[in-house]
Amino acid sequence: MKLLRLVPDDTKFGFMRFRSWSFPFSAFASIVSVVAFLWLGMNVGIDFKGGTVVELQAKSERADIAQIRERATNLNLGDVEVQEFGGPRDVLLRVGLQDGGDKAQAEVVVKLRQAFESAYEFRKVEVVGPRVSQELVQNGTIGVLLAIVTILIYLWFRYEWQFAVGAVIATMHDLVLVIGFYAVTQIQFDQTSIAAILTVIGYSLNDTVVVYDRVRELLRKYKKIKLFELLDLSMNSTLPRTVITSVTTILALIALSILGGDAIWGFCIALLFGVLVGTYSSIFVAAPILIYLGVRVGEGVGAEKAGDKTAPAPAR
Amino acid sequence: MFRQSTLKSALIVFTLFFGAYLTLPTVLGPQVVRTLSAYLPSFMVPKGSVKLGLDLQGGVHVMLEVDRAGLNRDLVRQLQEDVRRVLRNERVAPTGGIVAQNRGVAVRILDADGRRRVLPKLQELAQPISNAILGQTGQRNLEVVDQGDGLVTLTITDAEINDKIGRAVNQSIEIFRKRLDPEGVKEPVIQRQGLDRIVVQMPGASNSKDITDVLQPGKLEFRMVAEPGAPAAEIEQLPSVDDGGQPLAVERRVLVRGEDLISAEPGFDQRTSEPVVNFRFNVRGAQAFAAATTANVGKPFAIILDNRIISAPRIISPITQGQGQISGRFTVEAANRLAILLRSGALPASFTLVEERTVGPGLGRDSIEAAKLASTVSAVAIIAFSIATYGIFGVIALVALVANVMLIFALMSALGSTLTLPGIAGIVLTVAMAVDSNVLIYERIREEQAAGRGAALALDAGFTRALATILDANITTFLAGAILYLVGTGAIKGFAVTLCLGIVTTIFTAFTLTRIMVAAWYRWFKPKVVPI
Repeated sequence: MKLLRLVPDDTKFGFMRFRSWSFPFSAFASIVSVVAFLWLGMNVGIDFKGGTVVELQAKSERADIAQIRERATNLNLGDVEVQEFGGPRDVLLRVGLQDGGDKAQAEVVVKLRQAFESAYEFRKVEVVGPRVSQELVQNGTIGVLLAIVTILIYLWFRYEWQFAVGAVIATMHDLVLVIGFYAVTQIQFDQTSIAAILTVIGYSLNDTVVVYDRVRELLRKYKKIKLFELLDLSMNSTLPRTVITSVTTILALIALSILGGDAIWGFCIALLFGVLVGTYSSIFVAAPILIYLGVRVGEGVGAEKAGDKTAPAPAR
Repeated sequence: MFRQSTLKSALIVFTLFFGAYLTLPTVLGPQVVRTLSAYLPSFMVPKGSVKLGLDLQGGVHVMLEVDRAGLNRDLVRQLQEDVRRVLRNERVAPTGGIVAQNRGVAVRILDADGRRRVLPKLQELAQPISNAILGQTGQRNLEVVDQGDGLVTLTITDAEINDKIGRAVNQSIEIFRKRLDPEGVKEPVIQRQGLDRIVVQMPGASNSKDITDVLQPGKLEFRMVAEPGAPAAEIEQLPSVDDGGQPLAVERRVLVRGEDLISAEPGFDQRTSEPVVNFRFNVRGAQAFAAATTANVGKPFAIILDNRIISAPRIISPITQGQGQISGRFTVEAANRLAILLRSGALPASFTLVEERTVGPGLGRDSIEAAKLASTVSAVAIIAFSIATYGIFGVIALVALVANVMLIFALMSALGSTLTLPGIAGIVLTVAMAVDSNVLIYERIREEQAAGRGAALALDAGFTRALATILDANITTFLAGAILYLVGTGAIKGFAVTLCLGIVTTIFTAFTLTRIMVAAWYRWFKPKVVPI
């Protein structure tokens, strides 16, 4: 049987040469992300800003948006956003935080139910009070930071500091770009987005670690080779794996985002973007940056850890 | 090459069978488990199945928080009563009354002699706080300070407030359970969260009102309706439960409280066949009620729930048997609810809803369908791609993948974890990472072979070298997942659980199952070249 090869054997791409455009490109993308974040801001969901979201489905053939809007306005709940969503029977109602704290907040659903329960099925109700939303913001931020720090400490113990720093820079790059993605697309940013961000970080680091493992192995093997040649060799020899794994993950994510329903659509799209960025950053950011971090061929970077698991072990 | 000890292989196979066995209840459903338990000794029947999260099966999730300010107010009011009692006993009159403050009370006693007598008695009000776990904590519930100029302040300490909140939450959990699930069949999840919160999850419910209805404190009191000319300090105006009802002046003094009830059952009035609640007092309640009704025949008394008057019937004759009836134009449902409320006792504090997430049964069903379809399609895509890329080795990867997913479900069953929609996303991501582990191994084998090694050496070196990378790569993701689990709530936690379990099972299958299968294949075919 003829097997499928996405990447031909013995590729000899000069990946490191690309750094003259990949670095400016990454810097540009990062700046765009930061500007988008500051200028456009995030489409923050009720998880982080508090409020009420109700998903209604008409018991009749169609939802009457105009009527819903009118009745919702008469309820005196302040800003009510009525939005078509999914099929013609589905409507999404967003109500902002109420003055008067948690009690007034809890009243919103009671009022909405009185107004709409006869004609609509309440498919989903979410209420987040002002203090809970603040806590969720806090926990989310702490979670992301803690995760990054923990991973870095692990990498620092496992590798030399240059690799750890390289991994940090690549990870920050991905983090900034994913946040920029949320700002540019205005996909709702909620608790699952935090999960998406951390997953992207995990995936990207995973990819970076695979590449770095190979760099370290080759550093031990070759003593008389230019660093950028060695990096190119590492990239090329891990390229089939990088491509095959990305393709598999992307296939799975595409299926999930098309068929998985509205609840996880945003999550999957962000992951798709993140997987692409993570793969790119491992090759075009994490690896070439080692050149600037003072990794030298033949100077024994990695040698101190010779004899660990990556050395050929006797056949068992 | 690849000589695995038989014992090791047996252990791996056993693990897989045990995993499959643990997933039986999830795959086959509770019916089969019941049938099994009829034929097998109980310890051999697997029990736990993977529970579906509320986002998949539909239900109500609410988070409730103790009303701290309200509890504080109650404590201050109680303190005011205590101080009043002390002053009355010592026959000392404060100047300007007993003033309620934010966190305590203040009294001004200008009479120096009186102050000297009262102060030690007030000091006695300050009791050490004892704790079931720590015993005496050394902290007191009150700080009594003589401020000079005859002013004495009594301040409730933080330790006291926190202690009371903790107790209130624990008691309320029990009461909620009795109220939400009087027959003990609905299995709601009712858990404390943090110091002052309770999470209630009610599978199958579709309206949070079912839960918020039982949030009311349920404080029942019997008091006399105030007679004309009663001193203003001893009466208060209370509203009626009916929206149209007139507020009524009632005495502050409580004849009997709800805590003296020993039963409350819904029923019907014999004459009017109106729904009512029949109740019975314990001995103490019966005696108090008998004394009060004997002394006040012909006068009206008020039945008060949570400071609202349900009804104010006239005492026709003394009630000495300790039995009675509450009527108040109830519907059958309302009478039933009131009976449950009274039976379970009053809540020690009031609660506010701070978070709600409700998923209707329709959406839950749709989500399961969508997740099934998406998982199937992505599985087919991965299968096709793997076999196209690696042929026979792709098949091996897929067997490992199936074992992997099965082990995730086995672990989830054993740990009693809940499968949520984000959890399914976590499993899909695991599948991708599991494929990655196989890709790492296979690509390494290719490289080793390309570097001129024979089949046996290439296979061996491929596994050995790739495994180090797999471990490194997975540990980093695992760390991210573990942190997510620790700090995350709800959706995030569900995702983190399957991600972390998935990494554990991925490492297991990559290190063991894939290796055994490749070794078996090699021994069977003895190939010169690995077709990869």
